[in-house]
Amino acid sequence: MSKIRFATIWLAGCSGCHMSFLDMDEWLIELADQVDVVYSPVGSDLKDYPENVDVCLVEGGVANEDNLELIQQVRDRTKTLISFGDCAVTANIPAMRNMLGGRDPVLKRGYIELGDNSPQLPHEPGIVPELLDQVIPVHQVVPIDIFMPGCPPSADRIKATIEPLLNGKEPAMEGREMLKFG
Amino acid sequence: MDREGLLEIAEAEKNQRKRHRIHCCTSTGCQAASSLDVKKNLTKAAKEQGLSDEVDIVGVGCMGFCGNGPLVEIEPDNQLYETVTPDQAEGIISSLKGGNASAAQGNLHHPFFSRQMPIVRENSGKVDPERIEDYIAFGGYQALCKALYDMTPEEIVEEVRQSGLRGRGGGGFPTGLKWATVAKMPGERKYLICNGDEGDPGAFMDRSVLESDPHRVIEGMAIAAYAVGAEHGYIYVRAEYPLAIKRLEKAIKQAKKYNLLGSQILDSPFDFKIDIRIGAGAFVCGEETALIQSIEGRRGNPVPRPPYPAEKGLWTYPTLINNVETFGNIPPIVERGSEWFSGIGTENSKGTKIFALTGKIENNGLIEVPMGITLREIVEEMGGGVPDGEVKAVQTGGPSGGCIPENLLDTPVDYDSLKEVGSMMGSGGMVVMDKGTSMVAIAQFYMDFCREESCGKCIPCRAGTEQLYALLTKLLKKQATAADLAKMEALCEMVKSTSLCGLGMTAPSPVVSTLRYFRDEYEELLQERGYSQVNGKVTIG
Amino acid sequence: MSVKTLKINGQDIAAEAGKSILQVAKEEGIPIPTLCHLEGVTDVGACRLCLVEIKGINKLLPACVTEIGEGMEVETNTPRLQEYRRMTVELLFAEGNHMCSFCVANNNCELQDAAIEVGMDHTRFDYRFPDRGMDLSHPEFAIDHNRCILCTRCVRVCDEIEGAHVWDVGQRGEQCYIISGLDQPWGEVDACTSCGKCVDACPTGAIFRQGTTTAEKLGDRAKLSFLINAREKQEWTR
Ligand SMILES: Cc1cc2nc3c(=O)[nH]c(=O)nc-3n(C[C@H](O)[C@H](O)[C@H](O)COP(=O)(O)O)c2cc1C
Ligand code: SF4
Ligand code: SF4
Ligand code: SF4
Ligand code: FES
Ligand code: FES
Repeated sequence: MSKIRFATIWLAGCSGCHMSFLDMDEWLIELADQVDVVYSPVGSDLKDYPENVDVCLVEGGVANEDNLELIQQVRDRTKTLISFGDCAVTANIPAMRNMLGGRDPVLKRGYIELGDNSPQLPHEPGIVPELLDQVIPVHQVVPIDIFMPGCPPSADRIKATIEPLLNGKEPAMEGREMLKFG
Repeated sequence: MDREGLLEIAEAEKNQRKRHRIHCCTSTGCQAASSLDVKKNLTKAAKEQGLSDEVDIVGVGCMGFCGNGPLVEIEPDNQLYETVTPDQAEGIISSLKGGNASAAQGNLHHPFFSRQMPIVRENSGKVDPERIEDYIAFGGYQALCKALYDMTPEEIVEEVRQSGLRGRGGGGFPTGLKWATVAKMPGERKYLICNGDEGDPGAFMDRSVLESDPHRVIEGMAIAAYAVGAEHGYIYVRAEYPLAIKRLEKAIKQAKKYNLLGSQILDSPFDFKIDIRIGAGAFVCGEETALIQSIEGRRGNPVPRPPYPAEKGLWTYPTLINNVETFGNIPPIVERGSEWFSGIGTENSKGTKIFALTGKIENNGLIEVPMGITLREIVEEMGGGVPDGEVKAVQTGGPSGGCIPENLLDTPVDYDSLKEVGSMMGSGGMVVMDKGTSMVAIAQFYMDFCREESCGKCIPCRAGTEQLYALLTKLLKKQATAADLAKMEALCEMVKSTSLCGLGMTAPSPVVSTLRYFRDEYEELLQERGYSQVNGKVTIG
Repeated sequence: MSVKTLKINGQDIAAEAGKSILQVAKEEGIPIPTLCHLEGVTDVGACRLCLVEIKGINKLLPACVTEIGEGMEVETNTPRLQEYRRMTVELLFAEGNHMCSFCVANNNCELQDAAIEVGMDHTRFDYRFPDRGMDLSHPEFAIDHNRCILCTRCVRVCDEIEGAHVWDVGQRGEQCYIISGLDQPWGEVDACTSCGKCVDACPTGAIFRQGTTTAEKLGDRAKLSFLINAREKQEWTR
């Protein structure tokens, strides 16, 4: 049997979920034996998301056009997509900007009202991705197969989610250990 | 005051009547079209033409054909004028002496009128709502006499039970059964409430009854109070009905003057007083438990039933609560008997129902029709159909009801048949839609209403109606997928099954009924790929 | 004492007449999730989490306000109820702004617990991200409307136990929010005795003590029923 093609991606989140992933410590070595890490901000240098990925952990909500484009590509090329952490599942802290009522008020607040020396709106098409009006959870954009809440999910929870998958089983996402938000 | 006294007043009143009686509608609808000026000019013209001694110009309540107001009717000639302007008044008066009236003549033989069977509205548009003597001359308060002098409370309850009358406020609960429950409750203190909150969008049946014939409702309430043993009643009317409130206040005062309200009514041992309570216009305050909270001075939030108001109502005492139209049916039932009443209508729906016929239809207005008449008869014959178009559906029951498609228009108007086709009788809103109407947009309109009017107490209604509204909006914007539609249907089911009061429980009905008959309109809006989520099966390797 | 016999989830039970289904289920160790119910204050049947099925009644009824009856057959955990409960909790999360990771009540929140109990791993409904405020005008406490689920436990506890009636509900529908006094800043409401009962009554992180930060709100909900018991039965020790 060929190795499982494994990926992680990082959208609008703080990278805390990825840090927690690294907290799995020695189990990471075991994991590395069983999977090919084909794309990941913490485990691979590839710039383009490859085809035929088996499992992908998605950290973060969908906040800008880059996120939107990437997640659609990822969905098309991945069998099992896991919404990884509260920002992916609920949009969480990045979504606190939503309460300001949209992209323009947010930029105005951040770059004009709170700007120090030379307040100006960032506008660099092709380099700085345009913000979406709202930050939204990943499942509002593409279908998700497994939800793993937690801010961040503990290393144990991450392991308990991935391990069964490696053996072709579905993880049991239930109970406090697996489900508690925050 | 006693029976003889009433007859004397009626006699005196009739003797005063002049040769002609001109009815000029002064209800809200026609007032908005300057009917007060028409009335003023009629009086002036009568004087100028030296006819003051020959004509009474009477401001009356709604004649029903409100879409064509102001209406003026001349009796005994039975001549109707429509859309009368103040400057046409002179001509109308001169027509009494053979002159020519330039005002448009109405046709009282049109099915809009001839197919009606006014019982609750029998005096509406004829009686002067501001003069109790006029009501008495129309036979008013005779039913109360009969009740107090000739019948025991038990006999009245039995009469109402036998009549088969069901509540006209929407639920259709058997009125006699409700009365019997309250009557049987122990304790000497009981209350009675007349529900005149009428919050359905587009509905104005109760307003019209209160404005046109307030004594009719007061008499019904007094009979009910005697039957169930209540000495204190409230009429709950929304503040948006100032004319109804004014006329009720006047009517209560006049009734007290003649000892038809107060202590020892009609020289019997029965005491009954009525107070008016004015609602601030929240739809949910028409729900009986919320209404009771509101009268008690609290926030108008529904409370769980049981206990029902009949057991534990206003200030925890047994309370009879009925709708305006329900009470309006009581005097004729007592006077003419249950057998007469139960002879009208169908097996399980007796009597008549008032509807506010609106929407894409030629003849707008209020109609009182016998139960069992078909929707088609109402829409096509009475309403004159859709102007330059075709009927697509008829909505009944307001935000709690549903849309009935054209091919089911032969459905008879009765509680059970309307329920069977996924709608309900409701309080009497009837909106006709033409082929150009988007049913998804209609569902969205009613959901918008419900989410705004939700009291916010329970989650399924407070948050569920918002989500349903959002999903309908997403559909209309062509951003929804089949998964969204499935989610919406599941949420409809949940909101219906788990909400605390009738508002939430019925809020999904317009969606459910339009999905039942017009599913293709929903499906046409669906997208392959939208923003949605499917919790797919996990496979790997 | 008159006794009624009934069945809950097939189990035969005899209990004192006049008790609610919820009380009896609790005594028997049968779990029924609740949010608006609080020991010691009147039940309002608002959150709809405790709905149960009763044989012969076609409506679901809230266990907290439904009295037991002779021969009643109650089901508390059918698949249909499970689905409705999960939807209820999902609706709650979607309507407010719950970011648990930096909430004072994290790890000690009844809404969070309810989500676990109903197995909610995400909400299917779009978040509404309402623009709600906070009131920090009180010298000791604060209210964060973003985390309020409108259970009205604070309203009832303040009215019925403390007798101060500081709280009420303003507006309707989605616009509802908890108001203090006559919709004044909390700190300006003279009626408030600063007893802190609403802090303990609040199931979420909406009302808290100032100075507490993430996961530091450790509510003492048993204190309220202790107080009632103490007053009624003069038992002043815990
Ligand atoms: C949301 C809601 C609004 C209601 N509004 C009214 C109303 O405006 N007028 C009315 O008579 N009944 C209304 N009802 C029905 C009342 O709760 C109650 O059933 C009725 O007044 C009983 O009178 P009836 O038996 O004569 O119909 C409403 C019910 C609900 C759930
Ligand atoms: S169903 Fe709606 S209106 Fe009725 S109690 Fe619940 S929130 Fe209030
Ligand atoms: S109140 Fe509870 S559910 Fe809401 S953010 Fe705080 S911990 Fe999470
Ligand atoms: S502040 Fe707390 S106790 Fe009060 S209604 Fe909101 S969630 Fe309930
Ligand atoms: S309001 Fe004048 S006819 Fe109805
Ligand atoms: S606990 Fe019963 S409805 Fe909230």
